[in-house]
Amino acid sequence: MLQRKDLVSIEGLRAEEIRSLLDTAGAMREVIQRDIKKVPTLRGKVVALLFYEPSTRTRFSFELAAKYLSADTVSVVAATSSVVKGESLLDTAKTIDALGADAVVLRHPAAGAAEFFSRYTRAAVINAGDGMHEHPTQALLDLYTIEERKGRIEGLTVTFVGDILHSRVVRSNIWGLRKLGASVRVCGPRTLLPPGLEEIGVSVFTRLEDALPGSDVVYVLRLQRERFTQGLLPGIEEYARLYGITTERLELAGPEAIVMHPGPLNRGVEIDAGVADSTRAVITQQVTNGVAVRMACLYLLMRRENDDRAYH
Amino acid sequence: MTGLIIKGGTVVDPVSGNLFQADIAVVGERIASVGKVPEAKDATVVDARGCYVLPGLIDMHVHLREPGYEHKETIATGVAAALRGGFTAVCAMPNTRPVCDSAATVGFVLKRAKEAGGARVYPVGALTKGSEGKELAPLEEMRAAGAVAFSDDGRWVRDGQLMRRAMEYAAMLGVPVISHCEAPDLSAGGVMHEGRTAFILGLRGIPAAAEEVAVARDIILAALTGCHLHVAHVSTAGAVRLIREAKARGLRVTAEVTPHHLTLTEEAVKGYNTNAKVNPPLRTAADVAALKEGLADGTVDVIATDHAPHAREEKEVEFDAAPFGMVGLETAVGLVMALVREGVLTLPQLVAKLTVNPARILGLEAGLIREGAVADITLIDPETEETVEPERFASKGRNTPFAGWRLKGLPVGVVAGGRWFEMRPRPASRRTRERK
Repeated sequence: MLQRKDLVSIEGLRAEEIRSLLDTAGAMREVIQRDIKKVPTLRGKVVALLFYEPSTRTRFSFELAAKYLSADTVSVVAATSSVVKGESLLDTAKTIDALGADAVVLRHPAAGAAEFFSRYTRAAVINAGDGMHEHPTQALLDLYTIEERKGRIEGLTVTFVGDILHSRVVRSNIWGLRKLGASVRVCGPRTLLPPGLEEIGVSVFTRLEDALPGSDVVYVLRLQRERFTQGLLPGIEEYARLYGITTERLELAGPEAIVMHPGPLNRGVEIDAGVADSTRAVITQQVTNGVAVRMACLYLLMRRENDDRAYH
Repeated sequence: MTGLIIKGGTVVDPVSGNLFQADIAVVGERIASVGKVPEAKDATVVDARGCYVLPGLIDMHVHLREPGYEHKETIATGVAAALRGGFTAVCAMPNTRPVCDSAATVGFVLKRAKEAGGARVYPVGALTKGSEGKELAPLEEMRAAGAVAFSDDGRWVRDGQLMRRAMEYAAMLGVPVISHCEAPDLSAGGVMHEGRTAFILGLRGIPAAAEEVAVARDIILAALTGCHLHVAHVSTAGAVRLIREAKARGLRVTAEVTPHHLTLTEEAVKGYNTNAKVNPPLRTAADVAALKEGLADGTVDVIATDHAPHAREEKEVEFDAAPFGMVGLETAVGLVMALVREGVLTLPQLVAKLTVNPARILGLEAGLIREGAVADITLIDPETEETVEPERFASKGRNTPFAGWRLKGLPVGVVAGGRWFEMRPRPASRRTRERK
């Protein structure tokens, strides 16, 4: 059972809590397959979506999740709020608390922002991505999708390919996968592999030829164009040649391996169109499952009465 | 003959390494005699039984924030914090607003310190104008006004040629250059030590190499120019190694370490604790061990706090947005007394790193308990214990990661400029109470 006020990281969750979130997501998945998707579970509750970074899919996914559960949503995007007037995150948290939101979905460019925010509000805080730190609901939807396709998580080998250094998706997934018994590999150019990975039990590779054999899941990460101007990589063609996932390369991982990507895709860079559109890719399932997983998070964090909540 | 008698304490002499029972008579601003002092009717007597009596402690790396950042600290509150922490003298770093890069600002700091009274304040002048690393600051003018060292603390002088010229000039004046060794190209954007914890927290790392590259360049320039280089707040094993090597070659290189780098590791940042955000960053357990080794073998000459007060609202923000720095004056003694209990240093060795060593580096007449010496004296009770409560600090800054820590071995009072300041009950007064 999930017994906490906020969801700020996967690192802080126990395996049973992750399990309970995934099981609840299964039930939600059934709800969104119905003709009439709306259930009254969170009627009268308010979910504030607070986005300090551009995001289409995560915000849309959370908003749908809240609406399917009959919660009211308020969406605040950084550029239109008092953020531009220089209000601090601390004061925004206190304001949101005073306005009485029951849950806050927060995306912010600073690592630790969700944890910081949660200290100053009674609302349940869901981290929708804080800098390079974590993106817990992404990891949960990934776990859900892997289990849906593979029937299990324990004993699998999941290989992340690309920009490990800047990826909050990888950080959340490392904890989630390891807590549920999977092995994690990462593969990318040395400049995008931070130190400290081996110390937390992750196998590190720089060559796909070494990393892919034995992988059950090949998780392709989005490559931001700015990595070239930052001097981390020499050029896009070289990256595509060394780390782009092509149909031929995927053969190294074996016929049963599935391909995942958090989106949005750079076709022809980190992933070939042929792979992205193949039956081995579960990228669209990830998106669908994202709504179910976020419904589960909102439901489990908000079902308790307000007076159960306390500042921590 | 009016004066002050410190009676019955154990005097620690950092020069000879001896501990001995002696009374100290103070007349005016000088020590009149050390030994068996006869009672004098009109003298104030401080019963120092159960206390160590040390030369007044010197903290050669402190940010007093005035002028310009009085909401963080003023010279008056900084001096009060120094006294409460057992320090009778501090060096004020020049990164104020305006930067202390002229005789006028040096004079202002000295004037304010005099008004505040108590601990002595020795200004450190900026090495370059505005600490911008572009043009030399008027070094001789500042020396004449009272600056005891030069530094662009907080900003490493990136331009090697300018640093060379600055060191040549400082060498001519016989004044040490204090370098905050961190190559900005390598630390770019980092907010904590680069390693496992930074990866887990998703924070940008500052590699140990950022410090070591800078230390290496500055040592090479010290060899070229003959300038006395003092490396501020050493934090990595590699930097200790470089300094050890430089000393073995006979170069005029000295170094300091902070109590927090001797006590905490990168793990202290967990939970995005902005009070543990400090520059240089808290490093690994292996670095802490190397710093202690460096202290023990004499590679690291000085313990200095890098006291860096910030206002509460400045630290109560996202980790990336918080300024670097923590206060140190009022927790330093309690933290470093642990080094004696751990066996890292003997008591006289520890005292040397807080008194005679910084005095020698800076050319100060201080750090000795001798007849005729300046009457700056610190009394420490090795048995007294206290929980760190930032609300009780004399400093305006409450930004410490040590809140709630239990510290043992604390300053109970100081004599500064001949005046007695009492901070905590002495063992003798506790005994008296117990008898009643």
